[in-house]
Amino acid sequence: MNTTPLAAEEINPLVPHVAEIILGLVVFLILLYLIKKFVAPNFEKAFTERTAAIEGGMKEAADAQAEAKAALEKYQAQLAEARHEAASIREEAREQGAQIVAEMREQAQAEASRITSTAHTQIEAEKTAAVQQLRAEMGAVATDLAGRIVGESLEDDARQRRTVDRFIEDLESAQTSGSAS
Amino acid sequence: MRAAEGGFTPPGPADFVLPPIIAEVTKPMVLVVLSAVLIFAVTYAASRRAAIVPGKLQYAGEYVYSFVRNGIARDSIGSDRFLPFVPYLFSLFLFVLINNFYGLVPLLQFPSFSRAGFVYGLAALTWVVYNAVGIRKHGFIRYFKLQTLPAGVSGAILLLIVPLEFMSNILVRPVTLALRLFANMFAGHLLLILFTLGGEYLLLESGNLAYAPVGVVALILAVAISFLEALIMFLQAYVFTLLTAMYIGGALADEH
Repeated sequence: MNTTPLAAEEINPLVPHVAEIILGLVVFLILLYLIKKFVAPNFEKAFTERTAAIEGGMKEAADAQAEAKAALEKYQAQLAEARHEAASIREEAREQGAQIVAEMREQAQAEASRITSTAHTQIEAEKTAAVQQLRAEMGAVATDLAGRIVGESLEDDARQRRTVDRFIEDLESAQTSGSAS
Repeated sequence: MRAAEGGFTPPGPADFVLPPIIAEVTKPMVLVVLSAVLIFAVTYAASRRAAIVPGKLQYAGEYVYSFVRNGIARDSIGSDRFLPFVPYLFSLFLFVLINNFYGLVPLLQFPSFSRAGFVYGLAALTWVVYNAVGIRKHGFIRYFKLQTLPAGVSGAILLLIVPLEFMSNILVRPVTLALRLFANMFAGHLLLILFTLGGEYLLLESGNLAYAPVGVVALILAVAISFLEALIMFLQAYVFTLLTAMYIGGALADEH
């Protein structure tokens, strides 16, 4: 296949060199083998792994989100429970308070009535004592008064006492009939 | 260069016949081998670690791999059966792309696929692959039936349709596949050397100062054409890979 400028007219570029066909095919087939064996599988592997990594990452994120949601729900439930509990405690306290107030009021009323009744009793007792004293003194005062009016000394004790007793009895009967009326 | 003969000789097919470097080994042969070494070294380095969080190199490698895997293979073959063909399509895409881009790399500056032989080999391989997977899936008879009998056609028109379909799907596909890539690389390189050598000749060797501005314009255009070529080089690699994937997808499909 030596060409000289003189042969230029006869060169047909469409007619191939057999050596070039063979060389081109051999080189390409070797390249194809190497690419198929060493290059393409690695690219495919990278693609597959990347897809897996992305999908794995997405799953992980979804898991984390679900977990967070579950935790939130749990906290909300706990919070609601706590609120409920607080409300019931408050209610109970209010009831207790009301009960205590009622008890206290009752107690105070009881105390008041007790004090009142004690006072009544005391007054009654004092009154009785006063009446007793009055009854005792009244004889002497009346006798003294009558003596002064009559001008004679009622020396005779026995007679005097009789007179006084009679007077008081009259007085008492008058009083009882008076108070009865 | 050839101006010594007393005038400008336009570049032609002879410029694609490079002298051997050693023995029978020519520059395009070396370039093709170099491309395989480069592609494997870079893609291996990019894919070796297969890290979940990729570095810059791995990210770039994955970008190209995904471009072929999802953009070409999965869309053309179908998402349930494209995976076994990804290494083939990935290798094919990079192999064509790098060998095309050689045309723009300083010093190398020769698209190896402007030599028809390399392209014929690749197109033949694609032809073998898509027919083989089709026959393996459907069986010999059913595969050719699927490839040549469009659904819903019957009657005398079949006499016309069947040979045409056979021609287009079995015979012509590898030829157009090969010629499209080869011709684009060949013509693109020819255009580039025409503008650069022509510009150089007008500017420096014509001996006529009036031609010099035209030479400058030609050289500027050569730069513009280089950018256009870069686009075409990528597009041809993409088209070659995409058509291969579509042929495989068509061979595996259950309906024509």
